[in-house]
Amino acid sequence: MALLEVKNLKVYYFTRAGAVKAADDISFSVDKDETLGLIGESGCGKTTAVFAIMRFAAPPGRIVGGKIIFEGRDILTMSAEEVRLLRGQGIAMVFQAAQNALNPVMTVGSQITEVIQQHEQVAKEEAWERARKQLELVGISGDRAKSYPHEFSGGMKQRVGIAIATACNPRLLLLDEPVTGLDVIVQRQLLNLINDLRAKLGLPIILITHDLSVVAETCTKVAVMYAGKIVEQADAVSLYKNPAHPYSKLLIEAYPSIKGEKGKLMSIPGAPPGLLNPPVGCYFHPRCPSAMDICRETEPLEMAKDGRLVACHLYR
Amino acid sequence: MSRLLTSLQDVRRFLKLLLTHKMGIVGVVIFVILGIIVIFGPFMRTVDPMRTGLPENILIGPNAQFWFGTDHLARDVWSQTIFGARIALLVGFVAAIVTVTIGTLVGLIAGYTGGRLDELLMRITDFFMMLPYLPLMIVLAAVLGPSIWNIILVVSIVYWPYTARVIRSQVLSLKARPFVEASRSVGASDNLLIFGEIMPNVVPLMFAEAVLMVTWAIYAEAVLAFLGLGDPTTISWGMMLNFAFDTGLMTVAPWWVIPPIACICATILAFTFLGTAVSDIMKPGYREARGL
Repeated sequence: MALLEVKNLKVYYFTRAGAVKAADDISFSVDKDETLGLIGESGCGKTTAVFAIMRFAAPPGRIVGGKIIFEGRDILTMSAEEVRLLRGQGIAMVFQAAQNALNPVMTVGSQITEVIQQHEQVAKEEAWERARKQLELVGISGDRAKSYPHEFSGGMKQRVGIAIATACNPRLLLLDEPVTGLDVIVQRQLLNLINDLRAKLGLPIILITHDLSVVAETCTKVAVMYAGKIVEQADAVSLYKNPAHPYSKLLIEAYPSIKGEKGKLMSIPGAPPGLLNPPVGCYFHPRCPSAMDICRETEPLEMAKDGRLVACHLYR
Repeated sequence: MSRLLTSLQDVRRFLKLLLTHKMGIVGVVIFVILGIIVIFGPFMRTVDPMRTGLPENILIGPNAQFWFGTDHLARDVWSQTIFGARIALLVGFVAAIVTVTIGTLVGLIAGYTGGRLDELLMRITDFFMMLPYLPLMIVLAAVLGPSIWNIILVVSIVYWPYTARVIRSQVLSLKARPFVEASRSVGASDNLLIFGEIMPNVVPLMFAEAVLMVTWAIYAEAVLAFLGLGDPTTISWGMMLNFAFDTGLMTVAPWWVIPPIACICATILAFTFLGTAVSDIMKPGYREARGL
C-alpha cells in the first residue's frame, strides 16, 4: 500500500451561482521515495487538491467525497485533534509566497520553536536549539534565529518556510509552488535544497507547479491537471518524451527548451473552461486539435495505457 | 528569557523613536513628572492631605507655608494635589489594564471563532455599548457605594466594549492572512493560533487602546467624584473640585480649584499626546520619512 492514496477526491466550492468543481474525482498516490509533480494551468485545482490532503478547504469550499488514505488511515474520517497532530508531524506543507506565510511580528526562531513545542514535550532551550539546527539544515546560519521575517530575502524566507515545515520530521511534504516569484538563481538554489533534503531525509514530496522544468528536474512522477481533473499520470521521463494526452502534448510544446533545435513555441488556443458550467463531454475538447465527435458527448474515463493513466478518447 | 531580552531591546528602540515625535516628547515629559510626583510625593513637603488645620488657617491663599493655600477645613491644597496624582494614575492604569484585557480577550475569541459565538459576544458588546455611559456610571457608583475600586469597576464595565470592537475587526483581517493557515498546516492548535500567532499582531493596537482608556478612566473618575459619587475619605482631583463646589467656594478660592483642573488637563493631555505619538510612530514608513 502506498504512503498516500487519494481516491476519487471531490472538492467543490459552493458559490451563489452553483457548485464549482475545483477538484473532481481525482485519484493519485505517492509512495516512499517518490516525488509527485502536479502541473496544470492556473485555476485548474492543483492547490485545492493538495490543500484537501491536509483537510483544508477554505469556505465556501468543501470536501464532498472521496478518500485520502495516509499510512492506512482515512484522513477525512479522523477527528479534528487527530488531524491537528497529523499536520506538521505526518504531513507538512510549504506555502506559495513565503513572505506571507511567516508571522511578521515573531522571530523565525520562535516560529520554528512553536511548531516543535506544539508536537513534542521538549524544554524551550532544546526546542530553540533544534530551531537553529533546522535553519542550518536549509542553509541559513543558526545565529539568524532571532531575526524577523522582514530581515530576510525572498529566497531565504522560502527556506525558513521549509525549515518550519520539516521541523517535526514529517513523513510527507507538500510544496505549493515553492519557487514561484523568485529569480532563477534563487529558484535553482531552492530546488537543489529540496533535492538535498529529499535525499537526506528520504522525504516523499508532492510538488505543485506550473513550471515544467522544475518538474523535470525534481519529480519522479507527474500528474497533469486540467479543469479540476487529472488528464494524465505518468513517470516524468515518459511524460516528457512521449506525452499521451493532447493537453500534455500541447503543454510541453508550449514550453521552451534550452537544448536541441530551435522550434517554434506553440501556445494552446483558447482559455481553460469556467468550472461552473464546464463543456459537455471532455472538458478539453473546445481547445483540442484532435477532438472527435465522441469528445463532445461523453466524458473520457481514466484508463491505463503503457504503464500510465490517460483520460482521453484517443486511446479507447 | 530570550524573548524578554528582545522585548527589552524593543522597548528601548521604541522609546528612542517616541522622542523623535513632538507630541511624544511633551507626553513623556508630563508623564515623567507625574511619575516623580507619584513615587516621591511623601518627600515633596507634603502633609497628610486629609488632616484638618487650625481655624485661622481656613481658606488662606498661597503662602510660604501652604504653597497652594488651604481649603475650607484648613487642609493643605498642595498635598492634596500631589496625592491626587496617585489616585488618578491608579484609576487610569488599573481601569486601562482591566478594560484592555477583557476587550482583547473578547475581541480575539469573537473574531477568531466567528459564527454563533462571535454573534453572541458581539451582541453582548452591543448591549454594553448601547448603555448611556454617564447615567450608568452614576447609577452603578451610587449602588455600589463610594470607593475608588468601585469607580474602577464602573469605568471598566462601561469601556471594555470599545476595545473589544477594535480588536475584533483587526483579528478578522489577521485570521485571513496566509501565515495563520501556514501555522495551522504544521499543527498549531486554536489556542496557539489565537494567543501565539494573532495576538502578537494586535499588541500595538492594545497599547493604543490602553493609552486611550487611561485618559477616559481619569476623566470618568474626575466626573464621578465631582458629582459627589467619589470616596470622600480618599482625596482625588475630582474630589477636591467636589468639595469646592459643594461649599460654594469655587469663585472665592481659585487656588483651591485651579490646581486639580490643571492637573486633570495636563494628565489627559499627556496621555492623549502619547497615544497620538505612538500610533504615528507605529505607522509603516514613519522611520523612513524621518530618515531614521
